[in-house]
Amino acid sequence: MIVSVNWLSAMLGRELDPDDAAERLAMLGAPVEAIEHVRPALDDVVIGVVEKVEKHPNADRLTLCHVDAGKGVVEVVCGAPNVREGAKYPYAAAGAVLPGGLELEARKIRGVVSNGMLCSARELELGTEHEGIMEVRTDAAPGTPLLEAMQLADTRMDLEVTPNRGDLLGHKGVARELGAAYGAPVKLAVIPDAPAEGPAPRMVKERGTVDGVEISIEDVEGCPRYMGAVIRGVKVGPSPAWLEARLRGIGQRPINNVVDATNYILFELNQPLHAFDLAKVRGNRIVVRRAHPGEQMVTLDGEKRELTPEMTMICDGEGPTAIAGVMGGGDSEVSDETNDVLLECAYFDPKRIRATRRKLKTSTEASYRFERGTDIEGMTDVLRRAVALIRAVAGGEEREAAIDVYPKPRKAQAVFLRPARVEHVLGTPVPQEEIERLLLSVGFPVAPKVGRLHVQVPGWRPDVTREVDLIEEVARLKGYDSFPVELRPLRPSVVPDDPVEPVKARVRSVLTALGLNEARSLSLSSQAGEDAVRLLNPLSVEDAHLRQDLLSGLVRSAERNWAARERDIRLFEMGTVFHAGGEGVPRESLWLAAVISGASAPPHWSSSGKSPDYDLWDVKGMFEEAARAAGADGSVVAAAAGWELRDASGEQRGRAGMLEADRPAWAAPLFGFELSVSAAEQPYVAYRGLATTPPVERDVALVVPDGVTAQAVESAMREVAGALLVDSRVFDEYSGEGVPGRSVAWRLVFRAPDRTLREEEVDEALRGVLTTLKERLGVERREA
Amino acid sequence: MPNPASPKAELEAIAQAVDRVATADAATLAELKTEYLGRKAGRLTGILRSISGLPPEERRAVGRRANELKQELEAAISSREAALESEVARPSDVDWTMPGRHRWRGAKHPVASVVDEICEIFRELGFTRVSGPEAETEDYNFTKLNIPLDHPAADEHDTFYLGPGVLLRTHTSPVQARTMERYEPPIRIVVPGVVYRRDPFDPSHSPMFEQIEGLVVDEGVSFVDFKAGIDYFVKHFFTADTAVRFRPSFFPFTEPSAEVDVQCQICHGSGCSTCQQTGWLEIMGCGMVHPAVFENCGIDSERYTGYAFGMGMERITMLRHGIPDIRLLFENDMRFLSQFVE
Repeated sequence: MIVSVNWLSAMLGRELDPDDAAERLAMLGAPVEAIEHVRPALDDVVIGVVEKVEKHPNADRLTLCHVDAGKGVVEVVCGAPNVREGAKYPYAAAGAVLPGGLELEARKIRGVVSNGMLCSARELELGTEHEGIMEVRTDAAPGTPLLEAMQLADTRMDLEVTPNRGDLLGHKGVARELGAAYGAPVKLAVIPDAPAEGPAPRMVKERGTVDGVEISIEDVEGCPRYMGAVIRGVKVGPSPAWLEARLRGIGQRPINNVVDATNYILFELNQPLHAFDLAKVRGNRIVVRRAHPGEQMVTLDGEKRELTPEMTMICDGEGPTAIAGVMGGGDSEVSDETNDVLLECAYFDPKRIRATRRKLKTSTEASYRFERGTDIEGMTDVLRRAVALIRAVAGGEEREAAIDVYPKPRKAQAVFLRPARVEHVLGTPVPQEEIERLLLSVGFPVAPKVGRLHVQVPGWRPDVTREVDLIEEVARLKGYDSFPVELRPLRPSVVPDDPVEPVKARVRSVLTALGLNEARSLSLSSQAGEDAVRLLNPLSVEDAHLRQDLLSGLVRSAERNWAARERDIRLFEMGTVFHAGGEGVPRESLWLAAVISGASAPPHWSSSGKSPDYDLWDVKGMFEEAARAAGADGSVVAAAAGWELRDASGEQRGRAGMLEADRPAWAAPLFGFELSVSAAEQPYVAYRGLATTPPVERDVALVVPDGVTAQAVESAMREVAGALLVDSRVFDEYSGEGVPGRSVAWRLVFRAPDRTLREEEVDEALRGVLTTLKERLGVERREA
Repeated sequence: MPNPASPKAELEAIAQAVDRVATADAATLAELKTEYLGRKAGRLTGILRSISGLPPEERRAVGRRANELKQELEAAISSREAALESEVARPSDVDWTMPGRHRWRGAKHPVASVVDEICEIFRELGFTRVSGPEAETEDYNFTKLNIPLDHPAADEHDTFYLGPGVLLRTHTSPVQARTMERYEPPIRIVVPGVVYRRDPFDPSHSPMFEQIEGLVVDEGVSFVDFKAGIDYFVKHFFTADTAVRFRPSFFPFTEPSAEVDVQCQICHGSGCSTCQQTGWLEIMGCGMVHPAVFENCGIDSERYTGYAFGMGMERITMLRHGIPDIRLLFENDMRFLSQFVE
C-alpha cells in the first residue's frame, strides 16, 4: 500500500517527518518497505495570474496575456482557447527549464515578444491534458512556486500491510495508527468547493428505489449491504489540480473527475465505489444476484469470463454489468458523454470475493480490499462524502436521498476483555486505565464491567473477534519493546528427541573425515516412474516429481562440477526420498548417498604431485564405513557390478559401485553408493579384555580357483580355526604365469586369550584349515 | 659358530644388538640384516632352526623369545631403512618451508552447521529436537494452525500439491500440531526440516529451503518468557551485545505476533546494502500461540499458553557467511563446499 505523507499530514494536522513516521508504523505492525521522495522538476515554474487577455495583433488564434507572476506584469503570447482573465496558471519565465529539458527564451511570435509561457499539464508532465493551459485553483500569491502551491513535492511510503489489517489500505486507517502514536486526532480534509452534504441514505430491506432506479439484493450472503446514489447533470472532464495531485502522490494516474473522485475515496477511506453511467443501466434497475451456471460476460479488460454461482453479479434490467467487488464490464463505464451517474457503495462477503477472484485469476484494488473486509458500518458516511466530492469536482445534483438496501443490519461487535488475562498472557501488569486509553486511541470504546471490560469493535476492524485479539492490541499499542526481557523459571520438555539425529551426526562426522563434502539438492526431480510421486502444480517439467533416490541427483552435481573444470569430486548427501503410498500420502524414508571421483588424496610434491585416483576398493571401503555409521543392520555383499547392503531379511538396503555419468574425457571414473539410514540405536561399545598372551602370525599364499571368492575362503578359514584365529587379512593378490586361477595371500594371526600357543598347536590349526579349503573349495597352498 | 653359547645367552646377545640398528648407516644395516636374519647363517635364523633339538623344558621359552626378537628386529630394520631412504632423498640442509602432506577433509553443509548450532542453543533452554513428514495434509499444514484456506493469509503460502488435500508442507509448523496432539505439556521443541514454496529459484528464493520451528506450551508462559527465550537465542547465536527488536506482525497461528529484527551484523546498525540502510535484519516470525491452535489440537487454551517461532536457515546462513545467492547452497559446487572445512 502506497501512502502519501502529504495526505497523512493533512489528516493529522501536522507535518509528518517521513523517517519518524515510518519507524512508528513499523513498531505498530506496518513496516515501511520503501520511502520515495517525489519532486517533479518544476522548480522554475511559478503561479501566474492573468490580469488581462487581449487579441494578438497579428494572429486570430493567439492571445496576448498580461501576466503577474510576482515580479511585475509581463506580456505572454498564448495559444490556449481556455485562457481567461483572473485565473491562475503555471508560468515559466524566459530562462526557465521545463521537465522535458526545454529551455525557454524570450522570442517574438508573429511580431510580438512573448516573455515566457503559460503551461499545459502535458508540458509540465503533470498529465495528458493539452487542449488548453492548466488552471490552478489556489490561494497562493502570484510568484509562488508551483511545487508549493499544488503540493507537488510529496513523499511516498510503501507500507507492508498484513492480511488481517484491511483498514490500513486507506489513508484514514494509517492516519489513525499514527494518530495513536502521536496523540493527534484524525480529521478528513475539507473538500474544496463542496456543496453541503445531502440527506442521509434511506435504509430499506431487500429492495428500494432512488431517483427512478430500482435496486434489489437477491444474494444477501454475497452482498449484505448495497447503497446507491444518483447524481444527475455531471460534467465529466479533468479533475481539479488538488485531486490529481493527491492521486499522483500515490502513483495513480488521473482518469476523469468522476472516476478520480471514486478512487480518492477508495484510497482515503478504503471503500471501493463504482460509478455507472446511468444512461447505460438498462431498465433503470440494479439486481444483485448470484451468477447463473454457464453465464458469461466480457469485463473491462476485454476478457470473456466464465461465471459460476459462487460469484455475485451486479445486473441491470438485461443482464450482468459487473462482477461484484472484482471488476466492472466495459459497457456501463463513465465516459465523456455521461450526464447522470449511479454511484454504488457496497459491502461484499470477503470469502465469496476471494473465491471469485481466485477462480477468475485476477486481483483488483477493489477485490484486494473486499477480500480483507471493508467497514460495513461506515458506509453511510463514505457515500455521503463521495457524493459531495463528485458534485464538487464534476457538478450535478442529488435529487433524492440515496437508497441503502440492508436486509439484515448487523449488530455492532463487542468483545469482553479481562484485565487479569491481559497480565496472564503478557506477563506483566497493565493498569486498567492504560488498557482503556490504548484501545480508545484506535477507536475501540471501552465500558468497564465487573472483572472485565466490554469493548466495542469498530466496523473497520473485522479481524478483532476474541479476547486475545484485544490483548494483542494492548501489547502492540503499548509497544513490544516496553515489555521486559527476563528469563524466568521453566520446565524442560517432555517430548523425546528424534532418535535419528545422532545417527545423522555420526554419518556426517565419518564422511567428512573421509574427505567428503556434504551436499544438499532439491527433492524435486524430473524422474517419473511407477511409484514416483507427481506434483499437481510443478514449476516446470524438470521439477515435476519428488525424488526417489539421492544418487541420481549427486551424479548431476558431479557433472556440474566437471563443467566447472573440477576433477576431484567428493560429495555426500542425506535426505528424504519419496514413494507413492496408500491414502495419497507418500512414504518417506531417509537415505544417504555419496559420489567420489579423481585423486584419492591431495597431490604432494614428494610423489611428484600425483596421487592415485579413487578406485572401486575406495568406494567399497567407504560404503562399509558409511553403513556402519548409519546404523545399517546388515552386511555388504558382492553383487553383479559392485556391492549391495542386505539386511537380516535379505532385503536390499543400499548399493555401491561405478556410476554411469556424462563424463568429460579428462575426468576420472565416478564411483558412488547409497543406503538407507535407520534410527536404530547403536549399543555402547562392550569392552573386550586386552590379550596378554603373544600372537602367532602365519602368512599363507593360496591358489584360489576361478569362481571361488575371497569371502568364501575366509569364512571357511574362520569356521575351521575357530576362536584361535583372531585376525585374518588379505595382503596380496597375484595372477599370472604359473598360477592356475589366482594367488591370494593372507596373514593369519592366532592367539589364545589364556595361554601361550605352542607352535604345534598353530601348525595343527593351519593344517586343518588347509585340508578343509582343499576339500571344500579346491583351494591349495601355493608352493614357493 | 665357533663357540656355541647356550641359546638363552645367544638370544640376550642378539637383543643387545637391536639397539645398533637405530643408528646404523646403510652399509652397516645390510650387514646386520645378514648377520642376524640371513637365511643361511643368520644368528637368529640358526636359533629358530635349532629349537626342535632343545630339551623340551627349554624349547618353549626359547621359541617364544626368539619369535619376539625376530619381529622386533624386522620392524626396527624396516623403520631404519625408511628413515635412511628419506635422508638420502633430501640434501642434509632440509628446506623446512616445503608444503606438508595433507589428506582430503570434507565439510558439513553450512546450513546443517547453522541448524545444529541453533538447536544446541535452544537445548540450553530445555528444548528437545524433533522432526516430521515433508508431505502433509491441508489439515495439518493449514486448518489446525488457524489458517483457513478461504483467508488471504493462506496466499502467503504458495503451495505444491500432490493430490486432493495433500501437499508439500510450506512450513515446519505442522509438527506443532502433531506434537500437541501426542504429548501433554510441558512441551518445548525445535523442529528443523525442509519446507517447500512454489517460488522459482532466484538469488533470494528457492522452491525448497530449511526452516526451524520452535514451540513452547506450558502453564504460565507469557509474552515476557517469549521475549526472553528469543533474546537468549539471538545473544548466543550472534553476539552478546547484539541489539534485538520485536515488531508487531500477523501470523494466523500466533497472537500477539511479532517479527524479530537483529542489529545488522555487517554494518552494526549504521545502515548498509545488506540491511537496506535500516540497520536491522529480519530473522524470524514468532508470537504467542493462538488459542484457536490449542483448541484445534486438544489443549486447554485457558490453562495453557505458549510461544512459537519460525526462521529460515538459508537466509541466516547467507548472512553469517556473506553468501550473495541462495542457489549456491543447492549447487553442490566443490569449490563452494570446500570453503566450509573446519
